[in-house]
Amino acid sequence: MYFDQQAECMDRALLEQLQLERLQTTLNRVARNVPLYRQRFADLGIDPDDFRSLDDLRSLPFTTKQDIRDNYPYGLFAVPLRDVVRLQSSSGTTGKPIVVGYTGNDLRRWSGLVARILAMGGMTRDDVVQIAFHYGLFTGGFGLHYGAEHLGASVIPSSGGNARKQITIMQDYRTTALCCTPSYALHLADVMEEMGVNPNSLHLKWGLFGAEGWSDAMRREIEARLKVTATDNYGISEVMGPGIAGECAEQNGLHVNEDHFLFEIVHPETGEPVPDGETGELVITTLTKEAFPMIRFRTGDLTRKLAEPCACGRTFHRIARIMGRSDDMLIIRGVNVFPLQVESVLLAVEGVEPHYQIVLEREGRLDKATVYLEVSENLLFDRMRVAREALDKIHHSLSSELGVSMDVVFVGRRTLERTEGKIRRVIDKRVL
Amino acid sequence: MLFLRNVDIAYGRIRAVRRASLHVGRGEIVALIGANGAGKTTMMAAISGLMRPAAGTVEFDGADITRARPDAIVRAGISHVPEGRLVFGPMTVEDNLLLGSYCRHRLGRASGVQEDMERLYAMFPRLKERRLQAAGTLSGGEQQMVAIARALMARPRLLLLDEPGMGLAPTVTREIFRHIVELRDAMGLTVLLVEQNARAALRIADRGYVLETGRIILQGPAGELLANNDVQRAYLGRDLDRETQPAGGAA
Repeated sequence: MYFDQQAECMDRALLEQLQLERLQTTLNRVARNVPLYRQRFADLGIDPDDFRSLDDLRSLPFTTKQDIRDNYPYGLFAVPLRDVVRLQSSSGTTGKPIVVGYTGNDLRRWSGLVARILAMGGMTRDDVVQIAFHYGLFTGGFGLHYGAEHLGASVIPSSGGNARKQITIMQDYRTTALCCTPSYALHLADVMEEMGVNPNSLHLKWGLFGAEGWSDAMRREIEARLKVTATDNYGISEVMGPGIAGECAEQNGLHVNEDHFLFEIVHPETGEPVPDGETGELVITTLTKEAFPMIRFRTGDLTRKLAEPCACGRTFHRIARIMGRSDDMLIIRGVNVFPLQVESVLLAVEGVEPHYQIVLEREGRLDKATVYLEVSENLLFDRMRVAREALDKIHHSLSSELGVSMDVVFVGRRTLERTEGKIRRVIDKRVL
Repeated sequence: MLFLRNVDIAYGRIRAVRRASLHVGRGEIVALIGANGAGKTTMMAAISGLMRPAAGTVEFDGADITRARPDAIVRAGISHVPEGRLVFGPMTVEDNLLLGSYCRHRLGRASGVQEDMERLYAMFPRLKERRLQAAGTLSGGEQQMVAIARALMARPRLLLLDEPGMGLAPTVTREIFRHIVELRDAMGLTVLLVEQNARAALRIADRGYVLETGRIILQGPAGELLANNDVQRAYLGRDLDRETQPAGGAA
């Protein structure tokens, strides 16, 4: 199901022409209207007129969250405030919050892009969409709300919180689609059980989840418990909010709305582009934003580019589901390792969400990495041979998957230290 | 259908257009808007071969026409209706039209010329009435129709229209613009339109590009450009149609 088939299935040659045109106009505008970019281009001797191919993008500097904070609140706006009709914010986990602005055109485009994502997830104008994201400065609530209206669906702005009331609304309003964070979806499933509500008695068909990382195991759990088809979507407030990328019915990576956003995957340390298919940090350049354009914004989110064509017929390239934050990257004996890579290996072997901890130490001059994995008492004490084999298997898959070997140690259930129910994934004891 | 990539055009040492990229899809009406001297007419001239770009490429239906001669470009399917109409004043309307088909005679594809002329007369009945009159004696709006009909006699697939509304009364401009939409809808013609009357152009266009001192600073669906405040301030001016309503006023 397409919302805008002409765009979403666009011939790639035409797409590249469109991207080039839009990138050039964006550069012309930021070079004229945004002091930060004016200054940077001048300092680095960059003439936006020299910009002649999409590859030239690499010669431009990155924009970071720090740049946005340094220009708080309105420093990076490319239009006067009187042209801005909406302000949103991102709380940010550290430091000052940021403010982003939208013109009327930005808002209309935003709605259209979110409508595409919702349609990718299966929704149509016939759906009753319950938006259980907080409405407020956070982009999720309003972004999805106007997108769902643009799609023509019936929208319930139930906002966040009050799970019992959400479930009552689902029952009474016959909600067919749910938008919220994946963890809240599971919370709703728990509360349904408490309330004795059978999910089969509801009308839910679709679930569009995002705003936090979630695994495929979690997806299967949500699908089984809420009886929905669950799709992932990607958005980031600094760039727009939801509507940047979404998963289609194939549930195999997220199509980036490439006619409005250019994306690159770069090495988190060097900033150099990584080969297609390799994990790196997602970098986004906006192509049509008027109020708050971003040139090469470093999202801090880790993913891979999936350039193979998708069975759904969309020509937009996909990114893999977000694998974590670039701040999470570990360098072990010169090799980049992400905790989520370790997790996916453990998941493949174990078949369940693993409870583990990676401990990094220095042995002489070398890094030493150890994975502590919680297993059942049974495996730990009674079945030594099976345990040995499992250990070897994990050890082998880790070194072939990561390119660096890690020791694996089995420990008893609930023995790893937990803070607020969560295990600290990485403990780095190395000193330089 | 038409693709311009990174086109630079210079008059001597003055760069009139800087790395402009634009495209026109089959059956589209695309408007190129901008202030006087922004480089609109220069870009048209570069497409029809009247000027050579200093850099960049112009591609039409898959063929590179950057360095092609103007007559070859007409034969490839692009007709240019120049700014100021430039009809041949002393010649009759009909002779002006026949001149437009000259390339077909040369190619031995002259059959159908008469039928085409009849079709155009059906579309512009006023030209039929005045077919034997000297074109120079016609009104401005009629001369514009002659210029468009003359261009169509070459059976183009892409029509370049440079300021068709220039010097015409608003009602006449509206009539010309109505014809442009009709040409697209009835004949499947593709149109690239340069116009100082940005609002009128964007109202009939599917998409638009905004040129400012030789650079394209915006592109997008016509409706978006009409709603863009920069465009409104710079090129649209006051919208008298809207100001008649209470609390109106665009700029």
